Amino acid sequence: MPFWYTPRVALKIDQDHARFRHIVRGRIRKNLRKFISKGELIGRKGKDQVSIPIPHIEIPRFRFSDQQAGGVAQGDGEVGDPLGQGQEGPGKGKAGQGEGEHALEVEISIDELAEILGEELELPDIQPRGKSRIQMAHDKYSGIRRVGPESLRHFRRTYREALKRQIVSGTFNPNQPVVIPTPDDKRYRSWKTSTEPAANAVIIYMMDVSGSMGDEQKEIVRIESFWIDAWLQKQYKGLESRFIIHDSVAREVDRETFFRTRESGGTMISSAFKLCKKIIETDYSPDQWNIYPFHFSDGDNWSMDDTLACVDIMKQSLLPWSNMFAYGQVESPYGSGQFIKDLREHFAADGRLVLCEIPNKDAIVASIKEFLGKGK
Amino acid sequence: MSQFALNTILPRYLQVERERVDKAVRQVGLDPFPTVFEMITYDQMNEIASFLGFPSRYQHWRFGMEYERLSKSYEYGLSKIYEMVINNNPAYAYLLEGNSLTDQRLVMAHVYAHVDFFKNNFCFRATDLDTLGSIIDPSQRQPDYNPNRRWIDKMANHGSLVARHIERQGIDKVESFIDHCLSLENLIDPWTPFTARTEKKKPVDDEEGPREIDVPRLAAKDYMEDFINPQEYLDRQRRKIEREQEQQKRFPPEPQRDVLRFLMDHAPLERWERDVLSVVRAEAQYFVPQMQTKIMNEGWASYWHSKIMTEHILSAAEIVDYADRNSGVMATAPGQLNPYKLGVELYRSIETRWNRGQFGREWEECQNLEDKRHWDMRLGLGQKRIFQVRALYNDVTFIDEFLTPEFVREHKMYSFGYSGKSGNYEIESRDFAAVKQKLLFQLTNFGHPYIRVHDANHQNRGELLLVHEHQGVDLRKDYAHATLEAMVRVWKRPCAVATKLEGKNVLVRYDGSEHSEQAYTVT
Repeated sequence: MPFWYTPRVALKIDQDHARFRHIVRGRIRKNLRKFISKGELIGRKGKDQVSIPIPHIEIPRFRFSDQQAGGVAQGDGEVGDPLGQGQEGPGKGKAGQGEGEHALEVEISIDELAEILGEELELPDIQPRGKSRIQMAHDKYSGIRRVGPESLRHFRRTYREALKRQIVSGTFNPNQPVVIPTPDDKRYRSWKTSTEPAANAVIIYMMDVSGSMGDEQKEIVRIESFWIDAWLQKQYKGLESRFIIHDSVAREVDRETFFRTRESGGTMISSAFKLCKKIIETDYSPDQWNIYPFHFSDGDNWSMDDTLACVDIMKQSLLPWSNMFAYGQVESPYGSGQFIKDLREHFAADGRLVLCEIPNKDAIVASIKEFLGKGK
Repeated sequence: MSQFALNTILPRYLQVERERVDKAVRQVGLDPFPTVFEMITYDQMNEIASFLGFPSRYQHWRFGMEYERLSKSYEYGLSKIYEMVINNNPAYAYLLEGNSLTDQRLVMAHVYAHVDFFKNNFCFRATDLDTLGSIIDPSQRQPDYNPNRRWIDKMANHGSLVARHIERQGIDKVESFIDHCLSLENLIDPWTPFTARTEKKKPVDDEEGPREIDVPRLAAKDYMEDFINPQEYLDRQRRKIEREQEQQKRFPPEPQRDVLRFLMDHAPLERWERDVLSVVRAEAQYFVPQMQTKIMNEGWASYWHSKIMTEHILSAAEIVDYADRNSGVMATAPGQLNPYKLGVELYRSIETRWNRGQFGREWEECQNLEDKRHWDMRLGLGQKRIFQVRALYNDVTFIDEFLTPEFVREHKMYSFGYSGKSGNYEIESRDFAAVKQKLLFQLTNFGHPYIRVHDANHQNRGELLLVHEHQGVDLRKDYAHATLEAMVRVWKRPCAVATKLEGKNVLVRYDGSEHSEQAYTVT
């Protein structure tokens, strides 16, 4: 071992630490629903670490209630003065073995959270479509051969061959260890080409931003799409997201705008579907991409004609192109919620369309399961 | 292979320092066990600190949790552990690699004083082991005191014992049982090692069935019988005897404070469960003296490190570094008691008082503040007295005896409590009596509630009745519930604790599936 590299010595505590992480994972799983419906995590990505407060991971004992307790300390101040922020609560720093209440902050990556989410909701792994058709070739330098360019010469192997030869032939002198390779000794790195199925996926989020969609509704969509993103991110290596907002006209926006915009006006869902169709046609050839359109709305479409236009687009193009078309309808005091009923009517038995109503934040988890539970 | 073994030996320059400090320590009259210093990295330091000072413990997640906390706060630069020392014979102490020379010296001086305290304070006699590894009677101290305190070995043995059971029973089963035992960890009697073993019960001879109660009569002549021993009196006596007999049938006959011991002796435990419980209890007992003497122990170590450093070790150039570090250790924060600070100041106050003769009846009765201020009888008993105090007191008696109104005023001590009005912790009082009372309350039973086993056959159903001795502060209910769950897991029958909540006497009971609460008065 080179002297400049001192590895972290394996510690006995590692075992206990791993046990603790295991327990933490269990705790997170138990409280997952609570974490998921909170908006705080949003905005982080895959490897980002998030701190999650885990309450009550401690060993319960008979103890005094805090409110009645107190303590003794030293310092300035008049009777009746509140103690500053510096104090961590009574019963600390006195006799005892580091007891006291901590809300323990545990760090965990979004990836790991998504995995826990998958375990908890029993989400199946997604079977990508058409993976047999698209192949991606990788070159990997993993082999050795006897011929090759000098730039790929494997010095150590070459040296070893030469040394072997010299020892066998008796020309090696340990007192004067000079090793000279001949062309026969030379070894070169070689590559192997492996083909891997490439599964690329795109999520196209569409949201109704008409006047009837309030902040609360949009928060639901935000949280929901964050977790859908996190899960699909784990499933596909190169996941792309596109965002469309619409009222009576649709336009493509970036992620930030998608969640911020508030517009008034009517709702023509077909406008969004048309734009979605256009995006797919230009950028995402359906035989090469796994396509996930998600549409969120309060279900209050402008007219029946427009609804029929939507149905038409879906039948003709969006449904056949997509792995799954998801429609989430959030409840709003203004919306009629008619759209989901119309869709049910037209696509009653179509497995490619997933419909879900999301009345409030608590329903987010259930709807994630609904959307992603089919493994498509 | 030795090149791969952990190299924790002190480097040469620190060995020289160690010898210097050692010499100074003997010179000032401290009497520590032989002490082994090891130099370790912050990683190892965090590990060992998570194990509460021991290099090897049984397997449990809470050590891992502590490690996570320590290494986080080290990485973020919030805290750093400078020093750790184990009450063991020989004592083991750890120095952190990369600390400055002044820091290392400071730590050494501090450690030696701790070890002196371990050896000489009476509480720590409870950690002496006999050859079988159980706790022996501490009153049998020999003149050349060299006890067996090989707790490092004992803890390692606990580790392998638990590991064996984990292998057979599975980690989840054993670990969750350890969790439950740890819930009950504070239900021990710190004085058990100092008391005689409980006598064996006399076998009850119930061949003939319950005997007719023979009420003793007062001697009287025949004709006076009805007057001397009237029927009422006889009935009263009979009832009293019946009650006493009832009392004897009760089990345990006296309320027992060492709940863990009681469970070990009487709960229906499997072999592995009993082993685990005994490990938890032995280790809890080991840490008791350190909890009993936190203020005294840290105070003693701080007193001596500052004396040894400033009078024997440091050169003038190093004083500032030392003072900087020392002031960090002595810092106080609102709402937190710094045991180092309080301890060291109390020792100094004792030293001054006994040097000047500010004790005894004459001092107590003196009403003249001016006289008191200039009181100096030049007795020079200070040093002698503090050595005595370090041997014969624990935190409770230390505070009780040596905390004076002058001290409380001079050191700006106050008591604080929770104010429902402002929802804040507020300074309650600077009054001597109030401060002292609150401090003593916190230290009594290490700030844990007194809970005893009263009846192992409560309501004749084999249920365990615990009684909380209410001293003005309620139990926290959610914790009580969770602890009762653990208790049921060990006792394997319903368990209940009689206590007082919001002024009402109640029985908080858990029957294995449901928590209940009802009015109840302990008889």
